[in-house]
Amino acid sequence: MAYEGKGIWCVGEVRHGNLSPALFELITAARIIAEARGETVTAVVAGHGVTAKAGEIAARGADKVLILDHDALGQLVDEAHAGAIAAAAAAEKPKTILFTASLYGRSVAPRVAVSLDGALASGAGEISVSDGTLTLKRSAYASNVIATVSVNAADGPEIVTLAPMAFDRSPAGDQKAEIVNGTVDASSWTANTEFVSFSADENNEVDLGAAEKVVSGGRGLGKPENFELIRNLAKSLGAAVGASRAIVDAGWVPYKHQVGLTGRQVRPRLYVAAGISGQIQHLAGMKSSDVIVAINTDAECPMMKMATYAVKGDAILVLPALVGEINKARGNSVAS
Amino acid sequence: MGIHIAVCVKRTPSSTTVAIGGDGKVQTAGLPHGINPFDEYAVEEAIRITEKLPGSKVTILSAGAAESEEVVKAALALGADEGVLLTDPAFDGSDTIATSRILAAAVEKLADVKLVLFGKQTNDGESGHMTALVGARMKRPSVVAVRKITAIDETSITVERMTEDGADTLKLALPAVVGVTKEINEPRLPSLKGKMKAKKAVVAKWSASDLALDPSSVGTAGSRTAVVTMEPVPARGSGLRIEGDSPEEQAKNLVAKLKEAKFI
Repeated sequence: MAYEGKGIWCVGEVRHGNLSPALFELITAARIIAEARGETVTAVVAGHGVTAKAGEIAARGADKVLILDHDALGQLVDEAHAGAIAAAAAAEKPKTILFTASLYGRSVAPRVAVSLDGALASGAGEISVSDGTLTLKRSAYASNVIATVSVNAADGPEIVTLAPMAFDRSPAGDQKAEIVNGTVDASSWTANTEFVSFSADENNEVDLGAAEKVVSGGRGLGKPENFELIRNLAKSLGAAVGASRAIVDAGWVPYKHQVGLTGRQVRPRLYVAAGISGQIQHLAGMKSSDVIVAINTDAECPMMKMATYAVKGDAILVLPALVGEINKARGNSVAS
Repeated sequence: MGIHIAVCVKRTPSSTTVAIGGDGKVQTAGLPHGINPFDEYAVEEAIRITEKLPGSKVTILSAGAAESEEVVKAALALGADEGVLLTDPAFDGSDTIATSRILAAAVEKLADVKLVLFGKQTNDGESGHMTALVGARMKRPSVVAVRKITAIDETSITVERMTEDGADTLKLALPAVVGVTKEINEPRLPSLKGKMKAKKAVVAKWSASDLALDPSSVGTAGSRTAVVTMEPVPARGSGLRIEGDSPEEQAKNLVAKLKEAKFI
């Protein structure tokens, strides 16, 4: 039986009390679909205690906020989150459900798609509607190819994950969306997963995936101690810290900092690559960044050639000089 | 005792530097292909489990055309016990949703599988969705981004999942579907003995009818997304070289640019 859905859902994530701003990127993308189809946008958040976030979400451009608040949703148990969202969607019948292509999206969106017999597309960086058909662009083959994909859902909703940072975040406004507390019935799903524990990273750094700015270092730094120069610049810019595979494999920094095909894919507004020559596998993780700064002694390396701003020089000398100049610039702007 | 583990692997281009033909599709014919590099970690982890849980068995599953047999054999050379190629012209053009039907049906046909392992993602399509799709189809738990299996026995598996802010430890009742990251292990190379064994091994072939799959539920007919066209990523415009006779001068000139762009 053909599925008759209406409206766009944007499923956000609250992790350990923090609402991911990626939800506001989904709302921006949803507005494109809503305009084309004359539909409304609903922001959806599942979790425990997430009712507290409803007001903040309501000011960010959705028409409605649907809160799924239940103690069984306090941690990311994939079956529980997918179960709660699928049950709510089965009742409300949205035509489109957007997730971020994050750990949460990759864990939950496919399960929701199977439950609802929907279509599933991943990693959209652009979205449009032509003749009623949802069409998206996504990168593939290590960011060497852009594929245009059409979504042709027949028996269920269109479920799409969006590449993090590909859309601007919807601004906070005066308008307030209607807030609805949805019913969550934990007996509507079976969870064969037991949440045991969470261990937090020691230093609470800016998360790479959602970072507006990233400063990364590689082999060109010479030795592990010099990675501190990367952290210093990151701190002064308010940026997340990234690294090339070479120095992660060499044990200079933990894997969670690795940018690239086998690490994290990032799409910041500003990406600073210091002492990174730019192997394909690294470029695959960052080449969609808006502005790329390369600092390298080799002017002919791939990173220098693709950079928006190329600084030929030794990263060990340029990085501290940059921190100094930024501090000066900040000082000046305070004075003026 | 022990458990039966299925590892799903895909044959993909070994290099992701690919050309696009006049039909707007990636030209993969003639390119060197191999096992999707992310899947090697899943194969390795399965073999390590058999070393921990005696009596365990590893079956490799791969959906694709006849050539995919070579990646099944590559996994057999590493120490997997059996391999099945899921192949049928009706499977052509399957998107992730349709592919998950094929893989889940194959796991079901194996009947006694307790653990299904996947790599983090493929190096061509990159969705990273297959773990959760197959878990959902089997109506069993799934978890992605697993960096460590901390415990496993005949009834449950305990894993560490990497998150944006740390790591979750989760205990899943078996059967379960687990997607692993490259952090989980260092894959071994095939031994000569393994290669010899793989060469002689007979890889079973299962078609849509062997899997009791309605042809309209797989392939292009069963897919709900379609790749309309592919194009190369446009090259970035050539950038600006930041001049300066000293690091300080270069820094000053760069900061001016960053200030202009409101990054500072």
